[in-house]
Amino acid sequence: MTQPAATKPHLSRPHLLGLLRGMLRIRRFEDKCAELYTQEKIRGFLHLYNGEEAVSVGVMQALTEDDAVVATYREHGQALARGVPMNAVMAEMYGKAEGCSGGRGGSMHLFDAERRFYGGNAIVGGGLPLAVGLALADRMQGRARVTACFFGDGAVAEGEFHESLNLAALWTLPVLFVCENNLYAMGTALERAQSQTDIHAKAAAYQMPSEAVDGMDVVAVEAAALRAAAAVRAGEGPHFLECRTYRFRAHSMFDAQLYRGKDEVEEWMKRDPIVRLANWMTETGMMHDRDREELEAEVAAEVDASVAFAEAGSWEPIETLTRHVTRAQARP
Amino acid sequence: MTADRPPPGTNEITYREAVKQAIRDAMIRDPRVFLMGEDVGRYGGCYAVSKGLLEEFGPERIRDTPLSESTFTGAGIGAALGGMRPIVEIMTVNFSLLALDQIVNNAATLLHMSGGLFNVPLVIRMATGAGRQLAAQHSHSLEGWYAHVPGLKVLAPATIEDARGMLWPALEDPDPVLIFEHVMLYNDTGPLPDRRPVDITKAAVRRPGKDVTIITYGGMLPKTLAAADMLAADGIAAEVIDLRVLRPLDEETVIASVRRTRRAVIVDEGWRSGSLSAEISARIMEQAFWDLDAPVGRVCSAEVPMPYPRHLEQAALPQPDGIVAAARATLGPR
Ligand SMILES: Cc1ncc(C[n+]2csc(CCOP(=O)(O)OP(=O)(O)O)c2C)c(N)n1
Ligand SMILES: [Mg+2]
Repeated sequence: MTQPAATKPHLSRPHLLGLLRGMLRIRRFEDKCAELYTQEKIRGFLHLYNGEEAVSVGVMQALTEDDAVVATYREHGQALARGVPMNAVMAEMYGKAEGCSGGRGGSMHLFDAERRFYGGNAIVGGGLPLAVGLALADRMQGRARVTACFFGDGAVAEGEFHESLNLAALWTLPVLFVCENNLYAMGTALERAQSQTDIHAKAAAYQMPSEAVDGMDVVAVEAAALRAAAAVRAGEGPHFLECRTYRFRAHSMFDAQLYRGKDEVEEWMKRDPIVRLANWMTETGMMHDRDREELEAEVAAEVDASVAFAEAGSWEPIETLTRHVTRAQARP
Repeated sequence: MTADRPPPGTNEITYREAVKQAIRDAMIRDPRVFLMGEDVGRYGGCYAVSKGLLEEFGPERIRDTPLSESTFTGAGIGAALGGMRPIVEIMTVNFSLLALDQIVNNAATLLHMSGGLFNVPLVIRMATGAGRQLAAQHSHSLEGWYAHVPGLKVLAPATIEDARGMLWPALEDPDPVLIFEHVMLYNDTGPLPDRRPVDITKAAVRRPGKDVTIITYGGMLPKTLAAADMLAADGIAAEVIDLRVLRPLDEETVIASVRRTRRAVIVDEGWRSGSLSAEISARIMEQAFWDLDAPVGRVCSAEVPMPYPRHLEQAALPQPDGIVAAARATLGPR
């Protein structure tokens, strides 16, 4: 994991290649997941992150190993960018015992203690109070750590959003709130859900430093996250980033997308964060066709390996069904 | 549902479609009726129940709400107080917990707190139950909790007729009515029912039998009927009761049946501890103890948040085999 020494991104070739690689891993992993879903290897709800990769990859650059992450049910990107091994994530998608949540959670509930990845929360808005509490624990124990909390534009309508922002600001807690504003909550467009569509303005109303950033530009996200995280770490209290982004695919695999036009999707696809960075690197001579091919091959191999790992994984025996209900297992 | 289903043909309808028709009818019949909830309009409902209704009735009466369960449910209560007849849709019972305060502290109490001045003629519909591998935050059966609360009426349509017929009497009811639609029932098909409203005070005997009474509701009815078929193959005649109304319970139908069969098994997708099945068992004990030939049996979900993998989810849920075993256990060694 990167140690963000600076508050500005290095626009060096290895760093940028790393960003590109991070986004590609998520994209290719999820394309494979969509395929596996149609083969019924992955079941339940599957929410893909295509188009939004720059947000999690950008923000993670600002975190150290000691920091914490709280995410939503659309969290494959956050998990992979945080360093949760792809094998463990894919095995979790299958529900295999080797998955990062022991197979119990599936796509919506990825967890990893070693990387302080606290889920995988599928109740919209449900993660924000957890992030406030994690930050409170750090404050009370005198640790200069950051808790990054990811959530969607839809969560902004929940009471927990407002209560969490207020509490974090009131108690100057070290939370980095990251709103992934992809303009839709399922089929509900932002302007049909919010009287004030400038989400960062709501944070400002809680006296919280806040910024809107182009979520399709990984370097811009990284730069904003580095600034915000440095301030949070320095004890200045919570910061808020509204990352303006777009999901290219349906909300989940059950969505007929009656609520938006194809042209709108196509317009946003022109701003694909992966294509954008790759093109820029090619134009500036930082990346050559061969680099790109190598990168693609490397990522494809990792994805294939994760599928093989998941396929070879084991099903938890039914005998242990009632495990993990309480730490000290009690008789029901 | 099983035995007298006609061959699939033109007059078949899905459970989902039956709920939609019920909403449509109510909207046409009473201008005070409106539907509100998350993605009920443009998206067509998370389980596609309200697809097409926005086009027919417009955004004033098919209201997409922001993700604000507590507030739009509370607003439904307010609108009911103000003379409307709202149908509030909550996507699924796990999310209704965000609105629990409004339901329990307002909808259920206003009439009493106001000394009888203000009643709340509100209907809240929501999906419930497991079976689609949606894991531990989307799959629970918490309707029993709501059935605990005085001031609420709780319905669980298990058949297409009830899916079609329960809404109108629920809307006519002067008090808050919660309707639980099990996710595994939406695709069920059956004959197109009459437009007639159904009785929402009584349980129904879905299959008569003399050897053992199996009491269930909602998504567990098809599994219980399947178990009754299996028992019948072994010469055991199970009587299957569909509770239909979880609060207030129709004790009369249950007790009368148990008195006849002298044995009872309760099948409940909720967890066993503190469940609706416990309540029913207690009432049988209170009212029919001396008529029983065996202890009351229960088949409930394993006491675990719902796991994601299919084999564990299925193992956690009541299944026909388990129901058969519980019914046999009441008959003793044969
Ligand atoms: C409390 C709650 N209400 C409703 C849902 C159903 N639901 C799941 S995702 C979603 C949309 C959320 O949109 P947003 O927060 O913008 O995140 P996105 O899916 O766009 O990433 C809804 C309504 C839920 N999971 N939790
Ligand atoms: Mg969104």
